[in-house]
Amino acid sequence: MSDIRFTKDHEWVLLDGDTATIGITDYAQEQLGDVVFVELPEVGKSIEQGDEAAVVESVKAASEVYAPISGEVVEVNEDLEAEPAKVNADAMGEGWFVKLKITDEDELEGLMDEDAYAKYVKELD
Amino acid sequence: MRYLPLTTEDRSAMLARIGAKSVDELFRDVPEAARLNDLIDLPRRQGEMEVERQLKVMAGKNTAASDVPFFVGAGAYKHHVPATVDHLIQRSEFLTAYTPYQPEIAQGTLQYLFEFQTQVAMLTGMDVANASMYDGSTACGEAVLMAHRVTKRRKAVISGNLHPHYREVVENLSDFGSYDVVREAPRPNGDEDLTSEIGKDTSCVVVQNPDVFGHVRDFSALAEAAHANGALLIVAVPEIVSLGLITPPGEMGADIVVGEGQSLGNSLNFGGPYVGLFAAKQKYVRQMPGRLCGETVDAEGKRGFVLTLSTREQHIRREKATSNICTNSGLCCLAFTIHLSLLGEEGYKRLARINHANAGKLADMLAGVPGVKVLNDAFFNEFTIETAKPGRDVVNALADKGVLGGVALNRLMPDEKAVANMIAVASTEVNTDSDRAAYVAALKEVLA
Amino acid sequence: MSGMNKQGRPTGIGEAGAASHETFTGNRGLQLEEALIFEMDTPGASGVDLDEPEGFAPRLGGLERKERIGLPGLSEPEVMRHYVRLSQKNYAIDSGLYPLGSCTMKHNPRLNEKMARLPGFADVHPLQPQKTVQGALELIDTLAHWLKELTGMPAVAMSPKAGAHGELCGMMAIDAALRARGEEGTRKRVLVPESAHGTNPATAAQIGFKVDSIPATEDGHVDVEAFKAKLGPDVAAIMLTNPNTCGLFERDIIEIADAVHEAGGYFYCDGANFNAIAGRVRPGDLGIDAMHINLHKTFSTPHGGGGPGAGPVVLSEALAPFAPLPWVFHDGKELRLVEHAEDTDGQPFGRMTAFHGQMGMFVRALSYMLSHGSDGIKQASEDAVLSANYVLASLKDVMSAPFEGPCMHEALFDDSFLKGTGVETLDFAKAMIDEGYHPMTMYFPLVVHGAMLIEPTESESKDSLDLFIATLQDLAESAKRGETERFAGAPFLAPRRRLDETQAARKPVLRWAHGRNDVGAKAAE
Repeated sequence: MSDIRFTKDHEWVLLDGDTATIGITDYAQEQLGDVVFVELPEVGKSIEQGDEAAVVESVKAASEVYAPISGEVVEVNEDLEAEPAKVNADAMGEGWFVKLKITDEDELEGLMDEDAYAKYVKELD
Repeated sequence: MRYLPLTTEDRSAMLARIGAKSVDELFRDVPEAARLNDLIDLPRRQGEMEVERQLKVMAGKNTAASDVPFFVGAGAYKHHVPATVDHLIQRSEFLTAYTPYQPEIAQGTLQYLFEFQTQVAMLTGMDVANASMYDGSTACGEAVLMAHRVTKRRKAVISGNLHPHYREVVENLSDFGSYDVVREAPRPNGDEDLTSEIGKDTSCVVVQNPDVFGHVRDFSALAEAAHANGALLIVAVPEIVSLGLITPPGEMGADIVVGEGQSLGNSLNFGGPYVGLFAAKQKYVRQMPGRLCGETVDAEGKRGFVLTLSTREQHIRREKATSNICTNSGLCCLAFTIHLSLLGEEGYKRLARINHANAGKLADMLAGVPGVKVLNDAFFNEFTIETAKPGRDVVNALADKGVLGGVALNRLMPDEKAVANMIAVASTEVNTDSDRAAYVAALKEVLA
Repeated sequence: MSGMNKQGRPTGIGEAGAASHETFTGNRGLQLEEALIFEMDTPGASGVDLDEPEGFAPRLGGLERKERIGLPGLSEPEVMRHYVRLSQKNYAIDSGLYPLGSCTMKHNPRLNEKMARLPGFADVHPLQPQKTVQGALELIDTLAHWLKELTGMPAVAMSPKAGAHGELCGMMAIDAALRARGEEGTRKRVLVPESAHGTNPATAAQIGFKVDSIPATEDGHVDVEAFKAKLGPDVAAIMLTNPNTCGLFERDIIEIADAVHEAGGYFYCDGANFNAIAGRVRPGDLGIDAMHINLHKTFSTPHGGGGPGAGPVVLSEALAPFAPLPWVFHDGKELRLVEHAEDTDGQPFGRMTAFHGQMGMFVRALSYMLSHGSDGIKQASEDAVLSANYVLASLKDVMSAPFEGPCMHEALFDDSFLKGTGVETLDFAKAMIDEGYHPMTMYFPLVVHGAMLIEPTESESKDSLDLFIATLQDLAESAKRGETERFAGAPFLAPRRRLDETQAARKPVLRWAHGRNDVGAKAAE
């Protein structure tokens, strides 16, 4: 099973060493509609688990994206400025938002794995 | 009642379908304590003729600008509005249309907003403008809040020569938002230098051009000083006709330009409704308040227009909105854009030249009156005079002689002793030789 | 047969033409395509005749504008045609019913326009000596009197320029009152129902309050128990709309008012729905402290395609001393406009706008009020409520209403009736356009799914209501029969099809510019 984890607010986090990549799930992008803009944090910013990490906007909605895990922002997906549609096309891959250098891997405990998230989403509809 | 189409029969039929015996049943959720037994104590309905009669009496107690030699400015200006403008804004489809949230049946409104935004950006020399704010003063207040958002700082430096009403609006918003305002003393001679006031905690510097005393200045150096400290320069333009002749704030390095559009297309209206102009640099567009109209295509590939970047607004962002403003000045905005379309490049510039020439003539004539000093070397269509008498007394005495000669600056700044004997005098294209002669004659008598 | 006209020609209907008829110009009969004014430039032209000033010698300190501004030149006939054509692309109240909930799209009487244009009102400068504008001050004072009487409140702030501006004013007055009590630092929480319009929390946040959401009960009212549980010594105020955004009168409102006052807070009322109760209920009797009144809703001033509005705020005794400048009052001898705090006997919190308020809208509103009178205003409110209930009763079986009636002046539906049809609220609304109607308010309030909020107002005849009802019935039944092609892709007959709002937001083009390359212009060629 992969190292990807999910929050109840439809964020995903993928851990690779001490770098965590964060994005929103396919379910989330479908709910939002066409993504028109993503407001990303500044590189170097420190974010606590549960803090607002980004804001994703569609034409008629704006949604905060919360950090599933604490860390320091080391990279943001600059492609999203010119091509916010990537979030719709490939939310789990090229539509990633932020990469964090994390401090505490244990924060991932309590987050859902892929199967648990799939079940959770099914119950929502 | 002429505006209510339902008849007694209609009402009975409707109640029958609803299943209620009377309209009172529909109000059953109103608490007993709040149910009124009688009509509220106000006059009963009246026909058009009676209403007209009453309102004409009230209107008759006012001195209209067109009836006397008129030189009042200080933020609102008397200009001639072509007949076409008022005719067009009264077309049903403009007057009685709603906000263009259903773009397919609102392309009329949306296209003129797009044209308006373009015109405002052009006039101010900026990249982008919104679809208007309530007025110049609230646009100024919102600009300061926007500067705080952009710079993430909390202190605004406000020119002492900014229209006091504009300053008070900024101070009010700052007060309630817990922001700081550094307020300078006015400098009637127009020699204010704010450079030393700007620090690394300053979010913006706010100036006015022409300022409340009428001085016209170059703010390029101030813009550089602001930028060197990471602050924004906000320039307010209460007389939009001035940009037909003066270097626009955009060319001086302004980051945000706000203005009052009343001079074009809109009557004096005792202070409102007016139309606030708001323009900024492209990079700040997502932080702008107010409505924005954008170009796009429809399902058949035809060009069309829609309200856009709506996620800044309160109906979506709610407490995180860039502003709580829920409107623009619609019809006033339309009047502005029609007037400017009629003028065109040549007409607008010529109008500005006429204003400036008239003001120059008047300034020279008033300077020739014993006891009158004109404070301005450079001005557009408004300048300040100083006499030996309190400004308010002079203005009132002139009014008694049938001349509305300007605004006593003391009325706007009662705490500033320096301006006690000063009057802001405006002169536009409406003033004639006869108006100027009447002013000079009356002023001589008043000062004698 | 002498003298007979031999130029006969057919006058019957003849063969029906092709459904889609292409034209050379792209125009379709009276539906005319219209370019941007910037695309019609005749350099040097002007639609205004002005004489060049003789011997022009600028004294601008060297700050003469040198670059071309870029404004196009047109003659008067071209300008007239441009805007007339634009106007023909707009829906308007004068053309048809607007069922927009909470917008109160009633008839805009032309008498109001005539009165607003009287030179004594329109051609008066706000800073003229006060003795030359006594009639203008009298107009403001008279309107203020009507607003106070209709609401049962002792004071009114006239200067706010729109409804949302009025909300700001009311909440600032509350904050000022708290400050005067020394409690501004401790009372930072404002309670707002989840069904509230977005301006409410936006306004509260702008003043530095923290917004706490109150849930609704299953029958669409404020959950009074949940609300009381949220009260505490840190509560500054509650912001309530009454009737609420579900179109229902908050029957527990006096209890709510008493509770918030007992907790030391204030009651702000959003007056957007005043048209349901004007002349029948005075909000002052319900215990409110402040309420803005949208003159462009209840009092018929025209919407003008988005503005201008006006939002005077009635205030209780507790808040009256804090009303913003300027104040208009009668000093026993004459009417005075007071522009500085030192000249008042209160503690005005400051100034919300330059000058005095939306005089042009005041004249229109007073003209409306004088025409209706207290009896007409009451009748208008009753007709508004009657019409909304007529719509609700007629449509709740074929559509779906989340709350059992009666409603007040607006009827709320949700999208349950569309479940399984493949038609969403949005598509349903767009199909209304093809039928000649502006859609109702959609997706608001947020407390029901796919909301459709319908407010017919008192200005509709019964025939007009019956046709509207029949049309919605037809649309609803059509959706249930699975006729999705009528809805998906609607509207088909408006001046434009559905517009790409995604593109507009992803790649904002907010102005015309020389040499700009845009797909739309190419398509229009």
